[in-house]
Amino acid sequence: MADRKPSQSLTPEEQKRRRTRSLALALTLGALVLLFYVVTIAKLGPGVLQRPM
Amino acid sequence: MSTMSNSLAETQVESLATAGLSQGDVSDFFALLKPRVMFLVVFTALVGMVVSPSTVHPIVAFVSLLMIAVGGGASGCLNMWWDADIDAVMTRTAKRPIPAGKIQPGEALAFGMTLSVGSVIILGLVSNWLAAGLLAFTIFFYVVVYSMWLKRTTPQNIVIGGAAGALPPVVAQAAVTGHVALDSIVLFAIIFMWTPPHFWALALVKSGDYQRAGIPMLPNVAGPDATRFQILAYTILLAPLGIAPVALGFGGLAYAIISLVGGFGMLALALQVYRLRQGEPAMRVAQQLFGFSILYLFLLFATLLVEHGFGFFRPVFG
Repeated sequence: MADRKPSQSLTPEEQKRRRTRSLALALTLGALVLLFYVVTIAKLGPGVLQRPM
Repeated sequence: MSTMSNSLAETQVESLATAGLSQGDVSDFFALLKPRVMFLVVFTALVGMVVSPSTVHPIVAFVSLLMIAVGGGASGCLNMWWDADIDAVMTRTAKRPIPAGKIQPGEALAFGMTLSVGSVIILGLVSNWLAAGLLAFTIFFYVVVYSMWLKRTTPQNIVIGGAAGALPPVVAQAAVTGHVALDSIVLFAIIFMWTPPHFWALALVKSGDYQRAGIPMLPNVAGPDATRFQILAYTILLAPLGIAPVALGFGGLAYAIISLVGGFGMLALALQVYRLRQGEPAMRVAQQLFGFSILYLFLLFATLLVEHGFGFFRPVFG
C-alpha cells in the first residue's frame, strides 16, 4: 500500500494496473455469462425451448 | 456542473488515496490463488472423477472441476490473508503479494471470500449440494481449522490440516455420483497419509524458517529425531495404502507396479532419513524424500488417470 498525499492523482503505472484489473474483471463476468448459458443448455438440453406457455 | 463533478472526482481520488490504492496487478491476484496447489487440486479431483463408476455430461464435469479449482484457490487466498504476518518473515513466502505490499489484506480477504462463496454456489447449482457442501467444508477446514487454529498451536498441524488437501477427489466424485464412495475415501486416505512425510521432510530442511516465524512444526517442537521417526511411521502406513486401489479393483496392473515400486522407494528414503541424522548427508536425503514424495503421489494419480481416462485399465485380479 502506498502512502500518498490527499488529492494526488494516479500515476500512469497505477492507471495501467487499474485498467488491466478492470479488464480482467470484465472478462471474468463475460465468462460467467457464457458458463451459465452453456451449463443451462447442457443440463436442460433442447427441453429449454419446449416450455408450456 | 463541471466544477461540481470535478470536485466529486477529486474527493473520490482523495478517499482512494487515504484508503491506500491497490498496487496489485492481475498476476498478483492470480498468485494469491496458489496456482501450484490449485494444479494439484485439479489433478487429484480429476482422478476422483475418472475412477468413479458413473458419468456426467462433460460440460457439467468441466464446470465442477473448475469450481473445485476456484474453491481451492480461494482457500489459498484466505490462507495468505491470515498468514501475511508469518509469510513476511519466512524466505520461502516473503515475496507473496501481501507481504510484498502489492495487495492489501482487505483486498485479499474480499477476493477470497467472493471466490469461496461463488464457487460453492455454482458447484451446488451445476452438480449437487453434497459436493457443494463438501467444497465449503474443505475451504472452512483449510482456512479456519488449519490456518487460523492448528497451524500456530500444535506440531500436528499438517497431519490434521492435511485433510483439507486430501478432500478434492472426494468432492469431485460426489459431484459425479451424488454420494461419497469408498474409492474416493481411499484416494483421500492416500493423500492424507502422504502429507506428513512430505511436509516434515521439507520442515527438516527449512526448520530455521519455521522457527523464525514461530510456527510449531514438529522438528522445532519435538526435535529432528522424533520427526524422522514419525516420517518413517507414516511412510510405513502410506506404502500399503498406496496399493489399496488394486485390492479394491480400481487400480489396474500398471498401477499395481507403480504403487509397489514407488512404495518401496518411499520406504527406502524414509529409512535413510531415519538413519542419517548428521550434517549435509542428512539434509540431502530429507530433500530427496521431499522431492520423491511429490513424484510418488503424482505417479500414483497419473497412472489411475491414464488407466481409467484413456482405456488402459487391465485388472490385476480376474
